[in-house]
Amino acid sequence: MDLNYLISFIYAVIVAGTPLLLATLGEIITQKAGNLNLGVEGMMYIGVASGFAVAYYTKNPIFFILAAILSGALAAFLYALLTVTLKANQTVTGLALSIFGTGFANFVGETITNTSPTRTAVLDGKLMSYFKPINIPLLSDLPILGRLLFQYNIFVYLAVLIALVTGYFLFNDIRGLNLRAVGENAAAADASGIDVFKYKYLAICFGGALSGLAGAYISVITAGGTWTANSVSGLGWISVALVIFAGWNPYKAIFGSAIFGALRVLRFYLPRQSFNLPNSLYGALPFLVTALVIIFTSIFNSKEIQQPAGCGVNYDREER
Amino acid sequence: MLKSRRIKGEPLFKIQRIEEESPTKSFIVRVLAVLAALTAGGFFLSLLGHNPLVIYQAMFKGSFGSVMSTQGTVKIVVPLVINALAVSLAFKMRFWNIGTEGQMIVGAIAASYFALFKGNWPHFLLISTMALVSIIAGGLYGLIPAYFKARFSTNETLLTLMANYIALYAVQYLKEGPWKDPGAKGFPQIARFAQNARLSMPLGVHFGWIIALLAVPLVYIYLRYSKQGYEIAVVGESEKTATYAGMSVPKVIMRTMFLSGGLAGLAGMLQASGADRTLTDTVAGGVGFTAIIVAWLANLNPAAVLLVSFLFALLEKGGGYIQSMFKISASAADVLQGIILFFVLAFEFFLRYRIIINKKGD
Amino acid sequence: MEKEQLNGLNAIELKGINKSFGSVVANKNIDLTVRKGEILALLGENGSGKTTLMNMLSGIYRPDSGSVFVYGQEVHIYTPQDALNLGIGMIHQHYKLVDNLSAAENIVLGTKTKKQSMSQLAKNIEQLSLHFGLNIDPNKKIYDMSVSEKQTVEIVKVLYRGAKILVLDEPTAVLTPQESKKLFAIITKMKEEGNSIIIITHKLNEVMEVSDRVSVLRKGECVATVETKKSSAEQLTELMVGRAVDLSIERPETFKSDPVLEIVRLGVRNDEGVEMLKDVNFDLRSGEILGVAGVAGSGQKELCEALAGLQKVEKGAILYYKENIVGRTPDEIIRLGISMSFVPEDRLGMGLVASMGMTDNMLLKTYKQSRGGFVKRSPARLKAKALIERLDIITPGTETPVSKLSGGNVQKVLLGREIESQPNVLITAYPVRGLDINSAYTIYDLLNEQKMKGVAILFIGEDLDVLLELCDRIMVLYDGQVQDILQADQVTKEQIGLLMTGQKPRELKEVR
Repeated sequence: MDLNYLISFIYAVIVAGTPLLLATLGEIITQKAGNLNLGVEGMMYIGVASGFAVAYYTKNPIFFILAAILSGALAAFLYALLTVTLKANQTVTGLALSIFGTGFANFVGETITNTSPTRTAVLDGKLMSYFKPINIPLLSDLPILGRLLFQYNIFVYLAVLIALVTGYFLFNDIRGLNLRAVGENAAAADASGIDVFKYKYLAICFGGALSGLAGAYISVITAGGTWTANSVSGLGWISVALVIFAGWNPYKAIFGSAIFGALRVLRFYLPRQSFNLPNSLYGALPFLVTALVIIFTSIFNSKEIQQPAGCGVNYDREER
Repeated sequence: MLKSRRIKGEPLFKIQRIEEESPTKSFIVRVLAVLAALTAGGFFLSLLGHNPLVIYQAMFKGSFGSVMSTQGTVKIVVPLVINALAVSLAFKMRFWNIGTEGQMIVGAIAASYFALFKGNWPHFLLISTMALVSIIAGGLYGLIPAYFKARFSTNETLLTLMANYIALYAVQYLKEGPWKDPGAKGFPQIARFAQNARLSMPLGVHFGWIIALLAVPLVYIYLRYSKQGYEIAVVGESEKTATYAGMSVPKVIMRTMFLSGGLAGLAGMLQASGADRTLTDTVAGGVGFTAIIVAWLANLNPAAVLLVSFLFALLEKGGGYIQSMFKISASAADVLQGIILFFVLAFEFFLRYRIIINKKGD
Repeated sequence: MEKEQLNGLNAIELKGINKSFGSVVANKNIDLTVRKGEILALLGENGSGKTTLMNMLSGIYRPDSGSVFVYGQEVHIYTPQDALNLGIGMIHQHYKLVDNLSAAENIVLGTKTKKQSMSQLAKNIEQLSLHFGLNIDPNKKIYDMSVSEKQTVEIVKVLYRGAKILVLDEPTAVLTPQESKKLFAIITKMKEEGNSIIIITHKLNEVMEVSDRVSVLRKGECVATVETKKSSAEQLTELMVGRAVDLSIERPETFKSDPVLEIVRLGVRNDEGVEMLKDVNFDLRSGEILGVAGVAGSGQKELCEALAGLQKVEKGAILYYKENIVGRTPDEIIRLGISMSFVPEDRLGMGLVASMGMTDNMLLKTYKQSRGGFVKRSPARLKAKALIERLDIITPGTETPVSKLSGGNVQKVLLGREIESQPNVLITAYPVRGLDINSAYTIYDLLNEQKMKGVAILFIGEDLDVLLELCDRIMVLYDGQVQDILQADQVTKEQIGLLMTGQKPRELKEVR
């Protein structure tokens, strides 16, 4: 296997792992606030569909990104309203969001493609050009390093930046400490004078915004600007599992999503002659590995790395 | 510093817990939630330039307007009821089995093996075997996450979910590989079942509707009156208490999940052999997810499951009808189902709390 | 200048406070005053509304009506943050600390503190602690702390926020007598510096010892406020209960047979592999109540669970009529006639199914014994009805979820069911937790009745006064070990207190 081959593999891994990273970071922050949002898949779909529809009709890259982020945040807000204020069961509410989001995306997609004369929907070329790999003079042209570091689309850099910022926020900022307290023991946080509802709402909506952004990524990068049914296809669920894998740590999420990115592109980079496995196996691989990861992390769970203790439990100050 | 001690921003209302529960109220709230969802959906439809009443009427006509459409609706009801019962069993135990979709697929695969390769067996023996193996296969597939949950408290939500995808890819593998129909001109699909391996059609709908109708009271009695049903309720409430009472929590979890998966597996066999007459990768086609909404809306009550399944089948069947009539995407039905669940979740709040508006100058 | 202004003012004034939960009236038209620089004891039985009242001061609840004045100014407290801004800090009975954070992190939580280095923060905390004679390690995680350490963190936490008014809810409930003494010294010092302290308690001796004035609550109403010095324990009891009561507990003499249960060198590890019981030896005879004393987390829970078969035993033996029952399943142990009832802090966590009615809860440990695959509910319903009658359980019906019952009634259901099963050994942990005096005495009577019938009773308690009066012998656990087993009528509370912290008072005689 020559070097170029390896480099393009790594490149593909990063590109495939980025939407996972975005969604995982969002869910980490959400869970740190004590809310298990199983609606990631749905929020991603909502981001895909809203982003695509807005991009399709306005051809404006800024509106596209904003639509994806805001629709994801709005969906998360609905989840927050139901679980934080109305104290609905978190598991079921998250599932409802996932089911709804999937249907919503299909609905939007079908509506757009039905009205198109070609029965397909493709985004404007100029808009798409904003999301091409960047080109920094000199740097991008460096041998090896240029391709490895300076030729990604802007989302990749944004995702890594968000990972570093959320990591810093969680572990080095007093508000991050407050957030962790909210997720661990909401009653204690409340008694300490922390506005539990505000933290929960903000964290959940932030999580939704990142899922929506991941949806935007899928629209223009993974699906290449063409409307594709079922484009999220389980990435949201894998992200929820990645949260466990990363041990609720944004820094580790970077590596976790790279690993799962690798699983997704593996089939294109293994030499056919020596690994002639059926396509369906490659398709199942990320899910199989995720299942194993969930099992193994539960077998070898450590005291230090644990799901926030308040996760899944709604807080009611007046609970007696 | 002292001057600003009067704190501003008194909320407009406060929330108070309701101590007493009432089944009637619970029912009314759910009906109201459905109505509210239909209203919201209607609002959405009018935004798209349709008259919602016309659309809803058309949906009803499309699903119950003729004998044939009613038969089609019942066909949708069958797997929905059985899966929702499977979900109810698990959810009663607070085991979030999101995997009835996958368990259904695995059941269908097991049954299809006999349909495809033992098609010459006597009809009754063949069908019984198919039913039995589908229950066992679905049950075992449900048992895997149950084992890890019981032994290591592995997150069952994610595990059952991953299992869905794995089952789906297994069908893809079979249709592209070993079970590929040589007569399909290279197209990856599985051959249609021989007549012998298909379910009979009493009253024009495959035999599954009788099974579904039987399953409802059975699951009801099981949950309400049997010792095992009692154990499910206790484990669901508190595993600690269950252990204290001398129950083996792992045993209860695994047994219940075997039953839950088994039911779903049976639904898979009925779908493949009765409705599809072959094995496709849409054998479950999202029923497992819809079943979750149905079960929750029915408050995990088997009798209500039947009722809600009809409502949802109406939406599904009617959704297909309005697609051809009004060019509204059939996914509108899915969206509407999601909205209904949101409203139910939101409205349940009013079963547990009441809102008191703060009087001014209090 | 603030100090000048504050002089001569009341720190807190509550006027006409009302609060109800659904149909339950928790506080009725309460007036209460706390002066600057005093310790006010808020005395009342469990369930009399003390905590509810104070929760309104700390922003957990909001009053339905009434006004609150802090240093003379009317205020509205909607959130805990509001309370903290007003200088009111509450130390709840169940500590509100984040377990997996350090002491320093818990202290700084939610404050506007700009990021400062942990070492600087630690120094500030140390200074503050030193001033009041408190002793904490800022970097220690809460889950590694003893209850009294946790309490210290809570105190420093409110002081760090500049609280001038401290509310302590049953602060001594989990402390040894010696630790209580130390706490009282600290709050006395705070008082001398001009702070106001409210201490919620139902223990008379503490009121007499530490407070300047006492406000007595009964059934949600404030029935009196008196100067401590001008009052007496008898007068306060009468105010608290509403009638003259004899607070002594009976200890009937019984014939004590050979041991029913012998515990030999018992060793238990918890799920994390920590040794929770080390080499525990004792025996339990029929017709006796053996009390177990110890600070929380000394191995009481593990002992109960090991005896009931819920906890894996690592070493040693549990002999029941000379037969080792280690390794038996909980189900088998229930059938042998060993009954365990554990009342956890949330009361419903184990032993009862909160969402089920009394009928289904009666079935919990016996449903398997009927024939066939179905649950037999009608005999259970009859039993439930009988229990309601016999123990005066207040419930709308046998099918009302037990979570809707009051604490006292819940505990009567639990203990009543255990007694109904006619056990030979009755293990009961914290059966009077949170009960009013009447209910508590009903429970003591029930236990004595069982003792006279020849049942061997292991009683795990919190209140040393109760243990000393009710039990025949008292076993003191410390750090998973039996410190000593003493004849209850031959020891003092202070001696037990020392044993509870691992010290051995020299003058104690072995009575084993």
